[in-house]
Amino acid sequence: MEIKLSGVTADYQIGPIRSPLVLDHINLTVASGSFTAVVGPTGAGKSSLMKVLNGLILPEEGQAVIGQLVVRKGADKKTLKAVRKRVGLVFQFPESQIFAETVEKDICFGPLNFGATAEEACTIAADVIGQVGLDRTFLSKSPFSLSGGQKRRVAIAGILACRPDILLLDEPCAGLDPDGQSEILNLLTRWNRDYGMTIVLVTHDMDRVARYAQQAVVLVKGKIVFHDSVRRLFTDPARLKDWDLDLPEARRFQLKLEKHSGVALPGVCLTEEELAEALIKVGRV
Amino acid sequence: MNKLILGRYFPGNSLIHHLDPRAKLVAAIAFILIAFLAGNVPGLVLLWLFTFLAMALSGVGFRIYLRGVRPLIWLILFTVLLQILFISGGRTYVEWGPFTVSSFGIETAVFIFSRFVTIIFFTTVVTLTTRPVDLTDGLTFLMRPLRLFHVPVDELSMMVSIALRFIPNLLDETQKIMDAQRARGAVFGEGSLFHQMKVLVPIFLPLFASSLNRGEELANVMDVRGYRAEARRSSFRQLHWRGRDTISMLALLALAAGLAALNLLA
Ligand SMILES: Nc1ncnc2c1ncn2[C@@H]1O[C@H](COP(=O)(O)OP(=O)(O)O)[C@@H](O)[C@H]1O
Ligand SMILES: [Mg+2]
Repeated sequence: MEIKLSGVTADYQIGPIRSPLVLDHINLTVASGSFTAVVGPTGAGKSSLMKVLNGLILPEEGQAVIGQLVVRKGADKKTLKAVRKRVGLVFQFPESQIFAETVEKDICFGPLNFGATAEEACTIAADVIGQVGLDRTFLSKSPFSLSGGQKRRVAIAGILACRPDILLLDEPCAGLDPDGQSEILNLLTRWNRDYGMTIVLVTHDMDRVARYAQQAVVLVKGKIVFHDSVRRLFTDPARLKDWDLDLPEARRFQLKLEKHSGVALPGVCLTEEELAEALIKVGRV
Repeated sequence: MNKLILGRYFPGNSLIHHLDPRAKLVAAIAFILIAFLAGNVPGLVLLWLFTFLAMALSGVGFRIYLRGVRPLIWLILFTVLLQILFISGGRTYVEWGPFTVSSFGIETAVFIFSRFVTIIFFTTVVTLTTRPVDLTDGLTFLMRPLRLFHVPVDELSMMVSIALRFIPNLLDETQKIMDAQRARGAVFGEGSLFHQMKVLVPIFLPLFASSLNRGEELANVMDVRGYRAEARRSSFRQLHWRGRDTISMLALLALAAGLAALNLLA
């Protein structure tokens, strides 16, 4: 399912204090079935963008079109509910949304809200618990007895259970150990590849962006300053510095090596594997 | 939730912002009593003028004050309506079953309305212009005599400070969890009363769980930093009573005296 934002602006209002233009005339098209990473400094509006895509914040100006559904100022509740059904949003630290006494009940919460029967919801729960890499014995456990990484996966299962076509994830790896992080990202890659799920991932970790994402969006002060393939993103290091972004390890190594040795490696290396390959190629020459 | 003005602090640099919190607290309490001294129309006018003066001096826009009244508007209107419909006496305008609209009822309603609203305005002046920590400091000072009766004043004030400190966090977290459940298709504020209460469970349970966790963490941190409940504590923020504080007290005294005099004259 495609996402298309045109001229979207968003503000927050708390009491008398207004933060204007948290999103500043955003134009963005996310292709169906793509894996897009959204990066940018803290406070750039990444989380706010996710909330707009899920209909939790309505655009002040402009509109977001998700499939056939239009989210704009004054959108009606039915549309919003339909949008939330199609677009799953995994918040930062999503385990804080877990409330039920068993994992199964918590996972069923979404499907039941979206009109599934109790039976259907149970079938879905049994299905998605496997999708997040946990076995069915977890269904009867109390979510509060699980480890951090397991809780995170249960929370994600709670979103997957709504059967969205688009999955938005806001820093899904924050606070997990490296293994836990890789597991989650491998799961995302699989859903993207096998089910054609459109994935939009907010993250700080450039190594993960380089390894997992295809497209990159750079958001700075509420504006989109870059939207292209990940490889193009890491081509020009000077530009990244302006946006306060890091380089992935492999690319940083490559640039340093090229500077010190004067040898140019073929292409832009995003991962260790690509770097090794490039080095071997140059070595043969 | 974000529209709630009660207990919110508005940073500013007005005369009232700079008054001692003790003076403002005493003023707020005294004003509530004084409002009941206004017994006739000139007294009411004086009361309103005094309230408007305080509001003007606070440097906070009038619209903000109106918003402070809004959550209570139904309560106020209900009370006013009760007075109008059920109090009889003086000239009667309408009589219909048990209801009477009389000049006496309308007069009482005007008085009740004025007292209600001026008290809200005046106490809002105090809460809008005083930081919560300063309010607690002032309150602690005013409660000091209770130590004689073995009331744990310092512990109470610590509890209040901590509670105030975490209100913004709690609101943020509530918002976040509500958003998260909405993203899972929950709808709030719709359907039968029972249904509306039921959908609150997925908000309050996580909120309780995280608050308990935070409380435990905070207690540990306080322990580690050597906090002891029974120790006599000094204060980092010192309160200073100045000339203008005395003047503000005198202004209130003048208001009370003025209202009393108007009552006697009438
Ligand atoms: N609930 C909120 N109320 C008011 N302002 C907010 C809120 N959430 C975010 N903001 C403001 O919006 C801007 C963007 O925030 P956010 O979308 O969280 O950025 P990011 O996720 O990129 O760090 C920030 O300036 C922040 O202060
Ligand atoms: Mg964020």
